[in-house]
Amino acid sequence: MSSQNAYYLQLALRALQRNPVLTTLMVLALAVGIGTCMTTLTVLHVLSGDPLPGRSSDLYYPQIDPRDALSYRPGEEPMGQVTWTDGMNLLEAHRADRQALMTGGSVAVQSTRNGVDPFFEDALYTTAEFFPMFGVPFRYGHAWGAADDSSRARVAVISDALNRRVFGGGDSVGKVLRLNGAAFRVVGVLGDWHPSPHFYDMYVGSYAEPEGVYLPLSTSQDIKMDHNGPVDCWGNGGGGPRPAHTAPCVWLQFWVQLDSPAQVAAYRQFLVNYSAQQKSLGRFQRPPNVRLRSLMQWLSYNQVVPDDVRMQAWLALGFLLVCLVNTVGLLLAKFLRRSGEIGVRRALGASRRAIFMQLLIESGLVGLAGGVLGLLLTLLGLWAVRQQPSDYAKLAHLDPTMLLATFGLALAGSLLAGALPAWRACLIPPALQLKAQ
Amino acid sequence: MSVRPILAALRRHKIAAFLIVLEIALAFAIVSNAVYLVIGRLQRVDLPSGIDERNLVLLQLATAGKQNGSVASAQTDLAALRAIPGVESASAINTLPLSSSQWALDYSLRPMRVFSDGVQVPVFFGGPELLQTLGIRVIQGSAFQPSDYSDLSPKDVFKAFVNARQALITQAFAQRLWPHASAVGKVMYMGETPVLVVGVVSNIIRPYISADAHDPANCYGVISPFRAGPDLNAWYALRCRPAECARVLKAGAAKLQAMHPTETLNAQESFTHMRQRYFRDDRSMAWLLLSTVIALLGVTAIGIVGLASFWVQQRTRQIGVRRALGARRVDILRYFQTENFLLATAGIVLGCAAAIGINVWLMAHYAVPRLPVIYLPLGALLLWGLGQLAVLGPALRAARVAPTVAMRTA
Repeated sequence: MSSQNAYYLQLALRALQRNPVLTTLMVLALAVGIGTCMTTLTVLHVLSGDPLPGRSSDLYYPQIDPRDALSYRPGEEPMGQVTWTDGMNLLEAHRADRQALMTGGSVAVQSTRNGVDPFFEDALYTTAEFFPMFGVPFRYGHAWGAADDSSRARVAVISDALNRRVFGGGDSVGKVLRLNGAAFRVVGVLGDWHPSPHFYDMYVGSYAEPEGVYLPLSTSQDIKMDHNGPVDCWGNGGGGPRPAHTAPCVWLQFWVQLDSPAQVAAYRQFLVNYSAQQKSLGRFQRPPNVRLRSLMQWLSYNQVVPDDVRMQAWLALGFLLVCLVNTVGLLLAKFLRRSGEIGVRRALGASRRAIFMQLLIESGLVGLAGGVLGLLLTLLGLWAVRQQPSDYAKLAHLDPTMLLATFGLALAGSLLAGALPAWRACLIPPALQLKAQ
Repeated sequence: MSVRPILAALRRHKIAAFLIVLEIALAFAIVSNAVYLVIGRLQRVDLPSGIDERNLVLLQLATAGKQNGSVASAQTDLAALRAIPGVESASAINTLPLSSSQWALDYSLRPMRVFSDGVQVPVFFGGPELLQTLGIRVIQGSAFQPSDYSDLSPKDVFKAFVNARQALITQAFAQRLWPHASAVGKVMYMGETPVLVVGVVSNIIRPYISADAHDPANCYGVISPFRAGPDLNAWYALRCRPAECARVLKAGAAKLQAMHPTETLNAQESFTHMRQRYFRDDRSMAWLLLSTVIALLGVTAIGIVGLASFWVQQRTRQIGVRRALGARRVDILRYFQTENFLLATAGIVLGCAAAIGINVWLMAHYAVPRLPVIYLPLGALLLWGLGQLAVLGPALRAARVAPTVAMRTA
């Protein structure tokens, strides 16, 4: 059988060479379709990826509804962030396996190195369990502890990039970093930490770069550092860059780690009980309205993948479909042109199955060539996407999964496209063709 | 030309004919929707902002970590900036069209207990120079009196900001509130606070605009009588003659940096630049859609050429016979052209249904408006044209078949 297949391969190559223009057009059309499709699908795949594989299933984002009853509509979604009071209450309740409260900010970094002007750096104000909960890798040192949170310690964790910029790299644990004019002791330098999407604080941009400075939330409030991100207020609340802790405004994000389904159910009940308790205290006015979304559910609820990217993927799929229909048509024309030859082979004893195999190998070859060229076009397309100014553009790289998917798509597509014409061609009755000759 | 023999011939090539019809239908459905999306994007990109864009450069001082940046210090900065040759006017403004950072309040014709019951409108303020600097015209009523203005600081911003008692509103917003009467002298409400409309100004667009370029809400706006400083993230907007703007921007940045050596500039750009940044995703999406449309039409044309060539080759003898029996070259040409026209028509009819289906699906899932009917006949013309163009080569080859071919044996 294999020697026969080798013979068919030879025949296919000869047949394809006989009409180089048509063959080239077929390969090109298929390659363009595959290239476009894989480019957009890769972007979609990268953007809808899991930022913390292996860990994300245990991470949850609790939401409660602290607003007043004025514009209450039943069934409404609770707010996307929490107030200072609720955040602190939930944090101190310690009902989850781990929990952290956080908000984005911006700090002025003054370097003691020569020739480095003061500059602004994005910061995250958070609590100690942020690092173990999200599995943040450290290159040097370690996270701060709960004691640092409560004592409002002047400690900082910095990113690798900031470490190189301010201290010229190396183990900077113990060095002093000046932020907004105050001195902070560096306790840790992060390793490779680039979660994408920037899931824990999506309000600074879904695909934002991780921030350079991490500080205890309590310390940031102590020395009145500026908050970054939306502040949603109701009643007579006032926001601004430093919302008052008593103001009816939400501006913080709260994450929990829940290791078992029982824990998840218990935590959901805890949120309901907490809301009811706050209502009986008069702080909340609405009936308990809570959500407990997992990390991936929270991402899809927020529709982090831009609509444009989804639309591009659909468009590219439609385009690939047209290319495939086109390939079917061209292969059909190509095979039926050889009706005479096929008729002779059938008359000489070739089975339908043999003809079908021979033609399918020919279309498989077209698919293989289209796939290889399509892969090159995909790489070119991704390169073009990376030149775009969007904040997600730099993420557009081909990974092994998508590489395999490209080849799978090309082969499956062309075999599918080849099957119909091959089937049609092997129905050619031998006698009629011989008569026509 | 009689259609019946063509249909009879097509009936013997059902699969090939069906493939061409399917390809044309898919191309038609995708192209009409994609072109509509491209045009929507381009309309957004070209949307006039209502301000004198080419005369405007912007500077923004970052004051994080510092307690200065009040209105008083802004006045000092503005005085220095006005002294730069070429600066015609300068103002410290809280937000600008297409700046992506919005201050908004809900306004209504009746007092509201609930804020969200009104229309959300962006609020602009920037002292008495705002109108002149941005080139906004007062159409009815009058601008604020100098004594109307008060200063805003981060401490009291929310209390003071929501309690403005006077406003200038844009023409589009005036028409929304009072479609049949002049807005001047009327009262609208921000929550329960009455706000007197003292004048109507020319339209300016919002810091964020909606997906639909024609949405009148894009031009809703309120101007309040406040002065702002860098501590409220105000922009310094400098008005200059277009030819001098690049120099003014450089000089302005240098002057501000000299006055505030410990602070940095958050932004330093022309308004045109900011506008380009705002629309960069729209522009790249439009290019991507357009190149896909072109590639798709190309692939469709290849398909038509391929199948038409096959048919011409297959029917060479019949064509010879027809020629020998007296058919002229033009008859053969017309035959293939009519055949293609029939196939394209079938594809277009099928494609119309698909195009509308795709549009309905897009409307349900994405912010895409209804496809205007005019796109369907335009798309039909495009694909008829494409089909005729693609079939011309094979058809001409067919027309060149000599009558003697019929007499040959093979």
